[in-house]
Amino acid sequence: MSALSRTDTSAFGRWWWTIDRWSLAAIGLIIGFGALMTLAASPPVAERIGLDQFYFVRRHFALLPVGITLLIGVSLLAPQQVRRLAVLGLLISIAMLVAVLFVGGEIKGARRWINLAGFSLQPSEFVKPFFAVVAAWMFAEWRKGEGFPGHLVALAMYGLIAGLLLLQPDLGQAVVVSAIFFGQFFLAGMPIIWIVGAIVLGVTGLIGAYFTLDHVASRIDRFLDPGSGDSYQVDRSLEAFMNGGLFGRGPGEGTVKAYIPDAHADFIFAVAGEELGLLACLLVVTLFTFVVLRGFARVLGEQSLYVMLAAAGLLAQFGVQALINMGSTLHLIPTKGMTLPFVSYGGSSLLALSVGMGMALALTRRRVGRGGSR
Amino acid sequence: MSRLNLRTAFKRAPNPEAPPPSHQVCLEGDVKQAIDVGRTRLVIAAALFAMAFGAVGLRLADVTVMSRGGEPRLADAPRVAAPIQTTRAEILDRNGLLLATSLYTPSLYADPQAVIDPVAAARALATVLPGISEQEIVTKLSAERRFVWIKRNLTPRQKFEINRLGIPGFYFQREERRVYPQSGAAAHVVGYTDVDGRGIAGIEQSFDEVLRSGGQPVQLSLDLRLQHIVRESLIESMTEFQAIGAAGVVLDAKTAEVLAMVSLPDFDPNHAGSIDPDAQFNRATLGVYEMGSTFKVFNHAMALDSGKVRIGGSFDATQPIRISRFTINDYHPEKRWLSVAEIFEHSSNIGSARMAMEVGVNGQQDFMKKIGMLARLPIEVPEAGLPLAPSPWREINLMTISFGHGLSVSPLHLVSGVSAMVNGGVLRPVTLLKREAGATPAGTRVIAERTSEQMRKLLRLVVEKGTGRNASAEGYLVGGKTGTAEKLSGRGYNRKARISSFVGAFPINDPKYIVLAMIDEPVGNKRTFGYATGGWVAAPVVKNIVQRMAPMYGILPVDESAPEIRRDLVLDIAPRDTQNGGKRLASY
Repeated sequence: MSALSRTDTSAFGRWWWTIDRWSLAAIGLIIGFGALMTLAASPPVAERIGLDQFYFVRRHFALLPVGITLLIGVSLLAPQQVRRLAVLGLLISIAMLVAVLFVGGEIKGARRWINLAGFSLQPSEFVKPFFAVVAAWMFAEWRKGEGFPGHLVALAMYGLIAGLLLLQPDLGQAVVVSAIFFGQFFLAGMPIIWIVGAIVLGVTGLIGAYFTLDHVASRIDRFLDPGSGDSYQVDRSLEAFMNGGLFGRGPGEGTVKAYIPDAHADFIFAVAGEELGLLACLLVVTLFTFVVLRGFARVLGEQSLYVMLAAAGLLAQFGVQALINMGSTLHLIPTKGMTLPFVSYGGSSLLALSVGMGMALALTRRRVGRGGSR
Repeated sequence: MSRLNLRTAFKRAPNPEAPPPSHQVCLEGDVKQAIDVGRTRLVIAAALFAMAFGAVGLRLADVTVMSRGGEPRLADAPRVAAPIQTTRAEILDRNGLLLATSLYTPSLYADPQAVIDPVAAARALATVLPGISEQEIVTKLSAERRFVWIKRNLTPRQKFEINRLGIPGFYFQREERRVYPQSGAAAHVVGYTDVDGRGIAGIEQSFDEVLRSGGQPVQLSLDLRLQHIVRESLIESMTEFQAIGAAGVVLDAKTAEVLAMVSLPDFDPNHAGSIDPDAQFNRATLGVYEMGSTFKVFNHAMALDSGKVRIGGSFDATQPIRISRFTINDYHPEKRWLSVAEIFEHSSNIGSARMAMEVGVNGQQDFMKKIGMLARLPIEVPEAGLPLAPSPWREINLMTISFGHGLSVSPLHLVSGVSAMVNGGVLRPVTLLKREAGATPAGTRVIAERTSEQMRKLLRLVVEKGTGRNASAEGYLVGGKTGTAEKLSGRGYNRKARISSFVGAFPINDPKYIVLAMIDEPVGNKRTFGYATGGWVAAPVVKNIVQRMAPMYGILPVDESAPEIRRDLVLDIAPRDTQNGGKRLASY
């Protein structure tokens, strides 16, 4: 980009010199990898459920420009604008979360989708990034010591959102929201006694879910004892990785995508494992790790608590989702429906992540006077 | 950046969201502290993320590369196939070796309406499908129907080749094909299926429903190794004596499990369509024959067990017996009085007939019924022959049955009966299915234990000194009886067409296995001085089988002349011995 001079003071010029270009490049690579894997993994799935072979490919590729535009557009915002966007987004998301309980389409016993102007949206995907930013703001206000109980406000919002998610029910998203929220709370200086309390709450919550939600119980049983029930997807998934070996069978040469129902979405990593092999998968893991840790490092020198917490929350969401997805696929944790950010097929997930990472990039931009040599 | 720098650097940030200056001054300490805590904790969070991603990376290496050398995930693999209910269950031998299994094969069919150029298509197809001509395919493709089979049960390679031709209008149907990896080795027992997978012979037929339900494999009592030994030995003999057929059976004397059963000529069940009817015929179970002198085993046991004939008794064999228009002769006439043991040893028809007359028609009929010679065997294959018994049962029948004529049974009948005669006197239903350990039925007592013991000694005598010497597999204490029966031909007997057989048990002091060899229409040769009798033809086969199977079953050879063995086996009355007792009896 030699065309862009350091002295260029246009909006784009400023953006280019202040944005974290390494992270941007890593995200770009992940998006490219996702496009490649969608090409490989989704046609057999589409064919199996009676759609046109390239149904998912077309939709994914139609949404990619929208996502990239959102990502870059949002990353142009200043921290305060990010906050405004998040507040607005959170209000709309919560409203949709409420609406979905009444007008949402029921799929496999859960109401998670809402039809909006021909698109089916999953509000739970959008609530995560917006809430992370708003919660960060509240925590930062609390720590200012002006007596504003921001943490209690955040906690109340968290209770509302987690409750709404559990009503769908969507335990996976509730877990992610909880992990990020308490992570942020922890960074914001949550007292030790609260930390212990949060861990106890989390554990009891999961145990409670095990005993009250049948499908959760059966998934955990199957994880602990694969013989106790149908572990078809995970078995095929592990088989795929085994088939792949070090170098994979070559793009498009995989067979497992013909057997795994969610090969294009939650189990896309298994398709990658079979077709591209261990080395490519390790590269992908490295890219995700890089984005998260690089972002953390960027905000380590941050002087604004709000910016630090918001960026950390957004990056943590990105990382936790990737971890849950890969962990499920690799049978490290019980199967949990979670998309692999920017790789899995899924419109809501892609758009929400674009906004989320756009906000993260906006917050990690170099700003005048934020201190430090970074 | 250094911490010092951080502290001093934090002044008023020009950020839009930065708090108003008035507040910042007094609260700077609090915020700074909060930022410091956040920074420390952010490092902790980063470390946690690094570890979690590291764990994912390790797990990736574990499942992609490490797990290769480990145990294959075989236990999981059948789960994919398990729900397919159409799979016909396998048939195994007693050691779990595969006798029959099912494979999926593609079958090619066409929709003639969708084939654009039938002639070109036929020409292309004929190049990859041997056994079907271009013209045949064209004929099939000119049918008015929407479905014609082109060729069924193709190989994967053929399917690949056809797909590569890329002719529209041709499709594959997944079909199941029955495969018999052992081809002819147990063909008559296992049987075969028709092209639609229905069992139409052998176990395949009788267990059709069970196999069809696709559950557990059916495990037979057969031992494939023994099956091969018996088959080879019989083929050798058939070739040498230019016989038209043969049958062989090995039975476990304690459990009545059939360990081997061969009928020759046999066939390859993999090509069930083209089986010669003679080869298809199971000589061991479906064929009923007048077994000849081997039947004397039953006659002696019957006479001794009735109490009317004692082992020390003797009978007049000086003259042939004439009854109505028949004359009963001996094959090797001794023309003297013979002891009960000698009658057995020399296989005297005259003596046997006289012994039978002591028991009488009713006694014989009852005995034959008791040992199962008058009914179909309760065997698991549908090919079970019905014995041919005389009706009415006259005195002449009494006499001829005593030496094995006039009552036709299957070779397996004979083996089953002989087993009961030597195993202590208990008849158990023979079976072709593997019995679980301890699941052997109690059976029914048919003769006294003492009679059985006497029979064992008599059988040993035949192999040691009598007509069965060629069956003596040194060290394995074979006992047995030869049989040579002329075959019925039209209204009379054909002197040239014989059934030569030998039925033996070993080790005879505690019989574990019963071995039968039967050769259909052998022709004597130079080596046998033109003889084609049971002693010359069938006895060596049994010897051969015993010698090969005994080491396999862990039976150790013994010194046959050891005193403790002779004491158990030698009859107290041995008339032809050089001992005094023998002389005395012979002159009796």
